[in-house]
Amino acid sequence: MAEERRQKQCSVVLPTESMKAMAESVGVGQLQEESCVALSEEVSYRIKEIAQDALKFMHHGKRRKLTTSDIDNALKLKNVEPLYGFQSQEFIPFRFASGGGRELHFYEEKEVDLSDIINTPLPRVPLDVSLKAHWLSIEGVQPSIPENPPPAPKEQQKAESTEPLKVVKPGQEEEGTIQGKSQGATAPDGKGKEKGLIRLKPRSTHELSVEQQLYYKEITEACVGSCEAKRAEALQSIATDPGLYQMLPRFSTFISEGVRVNVVQNNLALLIYLMRMVKALMDNPTLYLEKYLHELIPAVVTCIVSKQLCLRPDVDNHWALRDFAARLMAQSCKTFSTTTNNIQSHFITRLMFLQSWLDDKTQWTTRYGCIAGLAELGPDVIKTLILPRLAVEGARIKAVMEGPVVSNIDKIGADHVQSLLLKHCASVIAKIRPQPDNVEQYRTDYGYLGPMLCSHVMKARTQAALQAQQVNRTTLTITQPRPTLSVSQSGLSGSTGPRTPSIIKVPSSLALMSPRPGTPSQPSPPATKYIVMATSAGAASTQQVITLSSSQSASPVTSTVPSATSTLQPLVKLESGSGPGLTASRPLQKYIVVSLPSSASSSLETKSSVLPTSISSTPLDTGMKLDRSESPGASTQSPH
Amino acid sequence: MAAVQSGMGEGVEEKDIKTEPASDGFGNNNANDGRLVSTSPGSNAPAASNKPVAGGPPEDQQTLLAVLQFLRKNKLTESVEILRREAGLPEDDLDPNGADSSGAGTGGAAGSVDSDAGDASSLLTRVTVSSSAAAQAPTKGTIQSDCCQVYDGASGGPVPGNSAAGEDQPDVSVVLSAYSQQGDPALYEVYYSSLKRFIETVLDCHRAELSQVFYPLFVHMYLELVYNNHENEAKAFFEKFSGDQECYYEDDLRVLSSLTKKEHMRGNETLLDFRTSKFVLRISRDSYQLLKRHLQERQNNQIWNIIQEHLYIDIFDGMPRSKSQIDAMSGSLAGEAKREANKAKVYYGLLKEPEIELPLDDEDEEAENEEGKPKKKKPKKDSMGSKSKKQDPNAPSQSRIPLPELKDSDKLDKIMYMKEATKRIRLGPDNLPSICFYSFLNAYQGLTAVDFTDDSSLIAGGFADSTVRVWSVTPKKLRKVKSAADLNLIDKESDDVLERIMDEKTASESKILYGHSGPVYGISFSPDRNYLLSSSEDGTVRLWSLQTFTCLVGYKGHNYPVWDTHFSPHGYYFVSGGHDRVARLWATDHYQPLRMFSGHLADITCTRFHPNSNYLATGSSDRTIRLWDVLNGNCVRIFTGHKGPIHALAFSPNGKFLASGATDGRVLLWDIGHGLMVGELKGHTDTIYSLRFSRDGEILASGSMDNTVRLWDAMKAFDDLETDDFTAATGHIHLQDNSQELLLGTYLTKSTPVIHLHFTRRNLLLAAGAYNP
Repeated sequence: MAEERRQKQCSVVLPTESMKAMAESVGVGQLQEESCVALSEEVSYRIKEIAQDALKFMHHGKRRKLTTSDIDNALKLKNVEPLYGFQSQEFIPFRFASGGGRELHFYEEKEVDLSDIINTPLPRVPLDVSLKAHWLSIEGVQPSIPENPPPAPKEQQKAESTEPLKVVKPGQEEEGTIQGKSQGATAPDGKGKEKGLIRLKPRSTHELSVEQQLYYKEITEACVGSCEAKRAEALQSIATDPGLYQMLPRFSTFISEGVRVNVVQNNLALLIYLMRMVKALMDNPTLYLEKYLHELIPAVVTCIVSKQLCLRPDVDNHWALRDFAARLMAQSCKTFSTTTNNIQSHFITRLMFLQSWLDDKTQWTTRYGCIAGLAELGPDVIKTLILPRLAVEGARIKAVMEGPVVSNIDKIGADHVQSLLLKHCASVIAKIRPQPDNVEQYRTDYGYLGPMLCSHVMKARTQAALQAQQVNRTTLTITQPRPTLSVSQSGLSGSTGPRTPSIIKVPSSLALMSPRPGTPSQPSPPATKYIVMATSAGAASTQQVITLSSSQSASPVTSTVPSATSTLQPLVKLESGSGPGLTASRPLQKYIVVSLPSSASSSLETKSSVLPTSISSTPLDTGMKLDRSESPGASTQSPH
Repeated sequence: MAAVQSGMGEGVEEKDIKTEPASDGFGNNNANDGRLVSTSPGSNAPAASNKPVAGGPPEDQQTLLAVLQFLRKNKLTESVEILRREAGLPEDDLDPNGADSSGAGTGGAAGSVDSDAGDASSLLTRVTVSSSAAAQAPTKGTIQSDCCQVYDGASGGPVPGNSAAGEDQPDVSVVLSAYSQQGDPALYEVYYSSLKRFIETVLDCHRAELSQVFYPLFVHMYLELVYNNHENEAKAFFEKFSGDQECYYEDDLRVLSSLTKKEHMRGNETLLDFRTSKFVLRISRDSYQLLKRHLQERQNNQIWNIIQEHLYIDIFDGMPRSKSQIDAMSGSLAGEAKREANKAKVYYGLLKEPEIELPLDDEDEEAENEEGKPKKKKPKKDSMGSKSKKQDPNAPSQSRIPLPELKDSDKLDKIMYMKEATKRIRLGPDNLPSICFYSFLNAYQGLTAVDFTDDSSLIAGGFADSTVRVWSVTPKKLRKVKSAADLNLIDKESDDVLERIMDEKTASESKILYGHSGPVYGISFSPDRNYLLSSSEDGTVRLWSLQTFTCLVGYKGHNYPVWDTHFSPHGYYFVSGGHDRVARLWATDHYQPLRMFSGHLADITCTRFHPNSNYLATGSSDRTIRLWDVLNGNCVRIFTGHKGPIHALAFSPNGKFLASGATDGRVLLWDIGHGLMVGELKGHTDTIYSLRFSRDGEILASGSMDNTVRLWDAMKAFDDLETDDFTAATGHIHLQDNSQELLLGTYLTKSTPVIHLHFTRRNLLLAAGAYNP
């Protein structure tokens, strides 16, 4: 490995074409090949020399990053005139282009109109250097304060749970070394008695400090309390705070116990709150959740398949909770499933068991949960597990829909199951079945649901085609199967509505966020900001392109997202997963997420002052332009 | 301009100069001699470059003609015109003489195999020098050395004065000419691999020792190939064998790998280091005999010559060393230190503290109660007792180095120090220090150096934007002294005159000192808190007054960036070291250095005074640490073992030990008296920028680029030493790998590299760094 690298070092020289290009740029037309070779060797050598000197300056500047000033200083050292105009501290805007088998790195030099520079207002003066003191350690123990890093990074939490014998916590380092010492010391100097402890698992301290206890109390109260603003803050805190790991066992017990109690009491609202807590915990990048899955997963599964989740199953929208929990489950399958714990296959087995063996007597609610749980696991699962059962399920639905009226509840249940099946299966069928879509063919293949599936599949195909047209923008499109967005949008929960993007708009009594546009549901972390615009494009004909500045007040949804997706790209478009292939009339959802660079990194940008609440005005300042396609349908839908 | 002159002059005079910046010339001499020397030849040198203008003696005219000839050849007619007009030469002079002189130039090049290109380039530099000399321009050493070289090359023989200079000066071409011996380039690989085969087949106990030969041999063989213009063979040779070398030589190998042409060998510092200093190997007699016999049997003269010429083999009697023993000591640019180098006696003991009667203080108790911190009260006798002890046999005599008299304020400070010392916490593995971290916010990657005053009342930061900023970390604000006019008005007899001279209007928490013209890389407070030193990329060291917050002196001497500076613990003296590889000792009231310490083969990256002010340590990019005697300027210790440039040094408070940290992330501990490595602390993953012993020497704290502060059990590290085992004859060391046992704590910052550490007088650890969002 090292050898390879060294050999490479030896041979790297600038290409002769570069020499030619440079010669041309200074007006030397015909440069002979030999001179090019000689030049390139010489130039490469000199550049390497300068780079080595520049590294020296970097080391003495106590930095990890080589800056342009290091190069300047190195040139000065060699008594060469430094380069002027390369003053960028952070980021050198080299661009890359390739084509015709050639790769090119270049520095884009824009022509700047002097009057523009003069007329633009001066950037804000960077903050002056200041000094701040904090305790890094108090008598050997690092206090948990915001200035210090979280007490245990994820790797360490993992190491702790998997290899408890090796663990040495930062605060308890003395303990570990004392043990080590007694191992190494030849003379037992009173520490001999600790020898017995050496192989013992260090007792894990879950004692919480007073502050932590207060915090825990506040957070849990806010999470299940009645004030939505407080809850949003609490969830935000759970999702982002790096120092929660000491409290994790308590949170997990809180959730599992809470679900247990509230399922019995059919308290839908509390169940939703608890699921949102699970979501927030899963979103926290610093937590090592694996240790507590045995408590969390049963709670989540309960919320998917429980027979009854609310007091009035005919009115309350417990379907959304099931959807949400199913999505949570799918997410945890994706993140935590390994070959050893095999969460996904366990989960599938459980659901299949429910679905197939309890079939005749199963409640529609449980059936809905099973199907939703399976469907969220992705097209492969749908293809292998749901599609073969479509005919059976169809027959069952038919029995309820067209047979004698048993009860209203069953009818609603069957209706939900039907739309769920249609929604999920259509997209999969659209992919695996060749065109054309023949209604009769569908009927024979899928039974009762066949004709409806057929129309949904056709719709899905047109959507996909439409999608393909739109994609040829320079934005990055990624499919987003899980609800990372918490969008305040009500009125979508009608019986024909497709999958709703998030749990929040379940029953109207639970519509926690005001549907008013521009209100962020959760304050985003100050470092990165996202602006999400959900727009619905039904027919392609009525697309409009509006800059955000003119339309921000009318934008149906503007909201912030917790930084669950680590999107560093400047412009990211998220689509709700079932994009193509919707059977319902609801057009597809499109999110445009704009991540603004954190202001701390660039001294030029002045966006740091923008509070999360005033996000809608940020693009105004930066003059950013967002394409927004909107259908008339969407605007009529947003008011309710 | 003055710098150029003296630089050249010294270069001409001095014998053992290392071609690089000529002003490095006088090595370990007393600088007073050096200064004397520098004045007289200093006047010669500029004359040499200026005389052509006056149309002076024939030899200069000849060089000028050579230049003109060259210019004409290259169709630079305008320059020819200008130069000729300047020199007042008639046009017809040019042709015949010019031809002659240029011919003489090439012929006279002492021993060098200068090609035309080389000649031309040297002529070119000559032109730049002479024209820029008129234009008052460059003070940089590259030009200087090139300029000296021109004298040899172009006017070697015919000029008596200059030829002397040429012989004296081990000029680049002369240095390189050692490589001119020719062998069949194709055979180099054969030689090398046969030696490799031989070493691989010898007995295990000898193999590790003999393997040391590989690296220097490899380098010199490669350089020979390059020097003799066998570019392709050299490349092949490099590719074939560079992978075999120890990983810690990677940096040097990278430099070598880019060096593929003879022309590149000029001015390449690494190369010159190799050539001018013999690579030192320490090999047992048995192993050496084995090698010698093998080479003689095989008639492998090529390798034997290299060993004879470029290697210094330090043969010892006894058991061959093991691989780990060798690895511990190797890694420096020029091999291990010779054993003799570390034989000199070092008076590492502390000086006797001056007698100051400690006033009995009642408020002592109160202050302690106010603090409210549980502290083990150290019996006062301790600090008093150590004073009254008789002179340490290892301590230098009190007057070995003249130290400044104690002022009244110093005595007050000493009393304060003793008071504080009585409240000092006894640290140990069970009693770790608290760490207070000072983060510099909004520094935009620009913080380059930090220092605290000894009493921890002030903190200073050096920045890449050339500023030095001083903060008060106590409630006491920083105030300037009033202006002279206002000072006249105050009542000089009043008791609080010291208060009255301060200008309340200027009170602020921080002050900015402007004056440098480049990033400030080193910073150091004087022990009495009246002065601050800063060293910068602009080649100067500046002394600032912390009374007036103005610059008092700019010490010029280093022509290149000055990487570090440090005040002596007794004040008055300070040391600076930088890119020019020379450490200089200064006194604050002299604008020229008192001593110059030369010997390092690469940049001096950090400097540190011994607690007794009689010695100072310098760490360098050549991966060695040297200890210098302030009295006579001798290098008394060379410590090798680091595998990267050294960035941090710390003496233990008792003066017996030295700790050093480098880019390789290791802390090495050294016994100064025996001149041996006594410990290795592994744990850091990035460059160590700061090291500090606690006030009583129990704990060593290290701060690094990897955003951690680590605490090590220094007592244990030093106590475990079996000093009898120091068989100084062989200098073998047996290091046990006990880093994990010695590590007492690791404290991670959020995103702040730790670039400075300081123990307060009560053993609270202060750390500082710039937050790096």
